[in-house]
Amino acid sequence: MRRIFRATLVFALIAAAGGWWLSAPSRLPASALDGISGNATRGEKIFWAGGCASCHADPDAEGDDKLKLAGGQRFPSPFGTFIAPNISPDPENGVGGWSALDLANAMTRGTSPEGEHYYPVFPYTSYIKASLQDVADLHAFLMTLPPVATPSAPHEVSFPFNIRRSLFGWKFLYLKSDWVLAGDLTPEEERGRYLVEALGHCGECHTPRTALGGMDRGRWLSGGPVPAGQGRFPNITPAKLTWSAEEIAEYLKSGFTPDFDSAGGHMALVVENMAHLSPEDRAAIAAYLQKVPPVE
Amino acid sequence: MATIGLAEEEGPFANEIEARQGLMVYRAINIGTLAAMAKGEAEYDAAKAATAANALLASANLDVSMLWPPGSDNAANPDSTASAAIWADGSDIGAKAGAFKAAAEAMAAAAGTDLASLQGAMGDLGGSCGGCHKAFRVPTN
Ligand code: HEC
Ligand code: HEC
Ligand code: HEC
Repeated sequence: MRRIFRATLVFALIAAAGGWWLSAPSRLPASALDGISGNATRGEKIFWAGGCASCHADPDAEGDDKLKLAGGQRFPSPFGTFIAPNISPDPENGVGGWSALDLANAMTRGTSPEGEHYYPVFPYTSYIKASLQDVADLHAFLMTLPPVATPSAPHEVSFPFNIRRSLFGWKFLYLKSDWVLAGDLTPEEERGRYLVEALGHCGECHTPRTALGGMDRGRWLSGGPVPAGQGRFPNITPAKLTWSAEEIAEYLKSGFTPDFDSAGGHMALVVENMAHLSPEDRAAIAAYLQKVPPVE
Repeated sequence: MATIGLAEEEGPFANEIEARQGLMVYRAINIGTLAAMAKGEAEYDAAKAATAANALLASANLDVSMLWPPGSDNAANPDSTASAAIWADGSDIGAKAGAFKAAAEAMAAAAGTDLASLQGAMGDLGGSCGGCHKAFRVPTN
């Protein structure tokens, strides 16, 4: 009972912060993609950099099975269990009928074609920084993938968190499009910043959360407990990650640390994605990681 | 991880955990030798490569069942990064160990032949370590 009361209180706070009456979802202007056309070949790189398969495919899938985006993976959280939806191009059960603008609203605004808010377990708080050209390319690529006819399962989330409108206040607080690492960067570091902060959504795991579940940007990439799971996400700021740039790039490619231990758990899925990037992109990520402020 | 010796052990299953971690580090050292040659960071040396590959294969053939008592996971002892999924219904840890053994056999046949053969066997071998870690380890840092 007390738990329910606390949950309701948090909910009330969120609603108040955003203004319940104001909570009309935000969308891109209808003309946002005018003059942009998607290229599926380029989109494949965006797909791997964005890690869509890690959540929307079966986590044990290998090879081409990673391109079957039937959903079904479960994400336990303090608010209940979220279940990844089908995002294959199946017109009935997936996103076959979606325009590139629909995808852009989902990925960069957290808003569905029906105008509802998505839960931030779909990492749009990172994808908001993705370029619209990249989203259009990704849309073109997604439409080339095999349609899967599995229906999406409903989330197992209880009141009040099952009310999507309550997410408006949350988005108001945490949906930010500015870079965490500002200041003078080399072109390589800027590329790394784009890959880490936007597409790679590395902060979603490696940055500790505030009480309301947003990324604590003041402690960017400094690690934290795995929600509703075992173990911790490591601190990957230079305070703890002391590997050379080459060693970081090698880890992202093969999963092997300098001591030849190899990545476990969710990071193994991230490595499977990063292995599809170019060596230059992996080097850019390493350069960025060496540039972020060290946090003990 | 305790690295000082038996006197320093603590927590449930401390010896089993230390022993199996030592065996994993033994594998890491040997795959490190092979990877350095594969990547051209060390000069190819057929005898050294064969020694490392044979050590990996020997580690795959050891009976390690006594090192993995049920319940000796990260929840019981934080020194371990083993996931409880190892002992859960439907666990395919045996298949993952089998994939490592098959890859180690292929490497043992290839490593002493020439550099190209070693490089050809590297992907499956490295993947077999990662494949098991992906499914059966929890992150602790
Ligand atoms: C961390 C896991 C995760 C990652 C990574 C992820 N998603 Fe999702 N995605 C989800 C979850 C969970 C939902 C459901 C959100 C909701 O219902 O509010 C979702 C929802 C969606 C939807 C809405 C589907 C619908 O039926 O309304 C689309 C489209 C989508 N994701 C596309 C992508 C793309 C494209 C990528 C890669 C760039 C991606 N996702 C990466 C977890 C993820
Ligand atoms: C889904 C969660 C998740 C995401 C997203 C993620 N990581 Fe990780 N990362 C982990 C976990 C868990 C570990 C610990 C792995 C282990 O213990 O074997 C880890 C480990 C690492 C390490 C090694 C740290 C060490 O000291 O051993 C690096 C480097 C790293 N991640 C970089 C990245 C980068 C760069 C990205 C974005 C491209 C990223 N991670 C995205 C979960 C994640
Ligand atoms: C069949 C499953 C499996 C295979 C195959 C496997 N490992 Fe492991 N490995 C584990 C588990 C489980 C742990 C965690 C053990 C613990 O902490 O109790 C681990 C831990 C490790 C560690 C960390 C040891 C420590 O000091 O904590 C290293 C290093 C390692 N493995 C290297 C390797 C390498 C290299 C290979 C391939 C040549 C390999 N492993 C193959 C399951 C496996």
